[in-house]
Amino acid sequence: MGDGGWVGAESGPFLVLDELQVRFSDAVTIGPVSLTIERGEILALLGPSGSGKTTLLRMLAGFERPDSGQVRVEGEEVTAVPPARRRVGMVFQHYALFPHLDVGENVAFGLQGTRDGGRGTSAAVAEALALVDLAGFERRKVQELSGGQQQRVALARALAPAPRVLALDEPLSNLDPSLRERTRRELRQLIKRIGITAVFVTHEQEEAFDLGDRIAVLSAGRLNQVGTPEDLYEHPANLFVGTFVGRANVLRGAAARALGAANGQVVLVRPEQLRFGAGTGGSALSGVVAERRYTGAAAFFQVTLESGERVEVQAAPDAARVGERVSVAATRTLCFADQGG
Amino acid sequence: MTRDGGRPRAAGWGVALTLLLAWLVLYPIVLLVLDGMHGDALRTFAARGGEWQALWASVWISLASVVLAAVIGVPLAFLFEWFEFPGRKLLGSLIALPAVLPPFVGVIAFLFLYGESGFAARFLQYLFRFQQAPWHLQGPGAILLVHAYSMYVYFYLFTRAGLARLDAATLEAAQALGAGRWRTLTRVTLPLVRPSLAGAALLTFMTSLGSFSAPYVFGGGFRVMTTQIFASKQNGEMGVAMVETVALALVALAGLALLRRTEGEAILAGLGKGTAPRRRALRSPLVRLATTLAGWGFAVLLLLPHATLILVSLVPYATWTTETLPPVLGLVNYGRLFAEPERLEPLVNSLWMAAASTAAAVALSLAAGWLVVRRRAALRRVIEGLLALPWALPGTVFAVALATAFSVSAPLQLRWVLVGTVMILPLAYFVRNLPVTGRAILAGYRQLDPALEEAAASLGAGPWRTLRRVTLPQLRPALAAGASLAFVGALGDFVTSILLYTYRNRPISMEINAALRVNEMGVAAAFGVVLMVVSAIVLGIGARR
Repeated sequence: MGDGGWVGAESGPFLVLDELQVRFSDAVTIGPVSLTIERGEILALLGPSGSGKTTLLRMLAGFERPDSGQVRVEGEEVTAVPPARRRVGMVFQHYALFPHLDVGENVAFGLQGTRDGGRGTSAAVAEALALVDLAGFERRKVQELSGGQQQRVALARALAPAPRVLALDEPLSNLDPSLRERTRRELRQLIKRIGITAVFVTHEQEEAFDLGDRIAVLSAGRLNQVGTPEDLYEHPANLFVGTFVGRANVLRGAAARALGAANGQVVLVRPEQLRFGAGTGGSALSGVVAERRYTGAAAFFQVTLESGERVEVQAAPDAARVGERVSVAATRTLCFADQGG
Repeated sequence: MTRDGGRPRAAGWGVALTLLLAWLVLYPIVLLVLDGMHGDALRTFAARGGEWQALWASVWISLASVVLAAVIGVPLAFLFEWFEFPGRKLLGSLIALPAVLPPFVGVIAFLFLYGESGFAARFLQYLFRFQQAPWHLQGPGAILLVHAYSMYVYFYLFTRAGLARLDAATLEAAQALGAGRWRTLTRVTLPLVRPSLAGAALLTFMTSLGSFSAPYVFGGGFRVMTTQIFASKQNGEMGVAMVETVALALVALAGLALLRRTEGEAILAGLGKGTAPRRRALRSPLVRLATTLAGWGFAVLLLLPHATLILVSLVPYATWTTETLPPVLGLVNYGRLFAEPERLEPLVNSLWMAAASTAAAVALSLAAGWLVVRRRAALRRVIEGLLALPWALPGTVFAVALATAFSVSAPLQLRWVLVGTVMILPLAYFVRNLPVTGRAILAGYRQLDPALEEAAASLGAGPWRTLRRVTLPQLRPALAAGASLAFVGALGDFVTSILLYTYRNRPISMEINAALRVNEMGVAAAFGVVLMVVSAIVLGIGARR
């Protein structure tokens, strides 16, 4: 797909966001953010609401103009290119299907002017719909479709004009939770099959892990870390990434020192990195089991420490009872400088 | 997530639109105030007792109209929204019918029906063998009758809309907390529909303050400010007319400010979720029968003016003198309307002026919608205020202001002589149309998901293709609603026309007025029927989803 050809495929990254920065007010600034994305890669922009991830995506698609910085696709600077000529396919959070047009007309919208004659267009529409498993849906009204089908029409519409980059804004947030997991897999398979470079926004860690090759974690307009799911989980760059990605206990003061932290450091320890029983070298905490939440293969135990802090321990369901005095040891910890709070 | 200020290009357009609107809407008013505030005219105004009486009459007539319209409209709204009885749906829409009668046509229908030689009077004369008409339909009572008839619709429609938005769960919550029906009504329901009531009160007050047709036809010696202004202008006292106009404008703005304060717009935000309360079927057969009969009786009463108009339009000239019912009926009047070029001309005039002024208002409102909602132009509040301004001032005020501004040739001050030309009347319609089209189209723009336009752009569509293929089709209901209301308003206009028309562009309402003067009731009524039918068709098209 795409008529850009493969020239320059080996020369540098496919998509570059270079020092992008935009200021909304004195209090709200996004960036500067720099990211590089390889051809065919799927990058997730993960962060809480207000972290600037959607703004970043909109700058990529051309709907927001950065105050400074550049967007480059295949080495070509497109920062000032309007969305209509940028060739970034966009899937909107609420799909933004044109309600007055049918499915086929929606998908054909981006094809006009790029192909000659109606025949070429209708073949391309059929092709795009087949790609998302909606072959033969051309004359259906968009309001008649289920949420999942609408999402796929939005995808087909974005892909039909053969864009260079696919941008997806919370693509799964409007689906039933039961449908989300399956759709996530299908979406990833489809993007990989086409081989298009994709950037998507999400606030759910699980979605980012499942769908993205790499994940960029944002908070308060800043890029915290970029990496694979393993990188983020095992080696978080800071406390925010550590707590936002995966479950985590954060300990300060005496409890932190008991787990080997220096003064002024906080300890981040995941529930599965804690176990009951005395640790080696006396690095253990003691407390009382306050709550037990059974999840099948394992159970989560809430332990109230002597310092008053609470930690969550993942262990075998029969490892402890509520009310029991226990000691808790860590198999692995991460220490960060405490930035207050 | 769009930033304030927008793009430099949008800012340029924003300034251009603001200046254009200011020239159209604000400048004539400013000139009116500057030109009108001369010592002589002011002294004359202040010294004449009649002026103050007329001003006071305008105020109390308007307040009384609000009360009367509310007394009729609000209970009807509760009845039709909360209870189920045979014929509810049909009656519910019939009851809004006074809306399709242009004010002046409604007034002459009343004249034919309840006037001294109208059907009602003749019928009583026939029944009781009176020598003379049993009453004179004149003075404040007559004006209030017409106002109540035509303006309860605002209360009826607004209250019904408010009630339909109520969440049944709120009322159930009140009952679960031990509140009886009365307490629920006064402590929960009414406060929740208060914004609707305030909106209707404001609309009724402003409409009746600007009302001209009813006082003009039924006022007799009783003057309100609008008829006072007209009389001064006819007497050639343009200076006094200007002072009067400024006084009327001040009353309108004061009323607007007062009622705005009570509107409580914040409450509205909390509504809109949940389902409306279910309609209660009226169980007792007696109550059901009474309600149904009353409903139908009321509907017949409301339809009588329309029926009267049609009947009178079928009476050939000079065939009906003292009989209770007209002895001869025929289509002669309609034949004359369409066959005599002299009579056809006003029809054509009204149609083209209404169409042109509506098209211009729609185009300007679209530009405003784009700048205000999409580009969030820096001057968006000013643009919105200017668009709404003509609504806040009675039609008479605008007509006099335009007559003042465009009676002088001073191109450097952006003033040209338009008074006495064909152009001034469509210009006045256009300015008067702006609030209607502006409100509808801005609301439409606000409901439009900006992602749709972005989707079009990301699919390679330029601004024109996006406008044509995505924005306009999506705005169609708002465009249709705004344009139809504006068109009907301009088509039936009397207030502005009587002050600004020339013989060459005389509209239908002026021809009706002329026909009435020479006692050609049939022709006047036939014109009225044509106006009524065209208005109903256009409004019907506009309301289609």
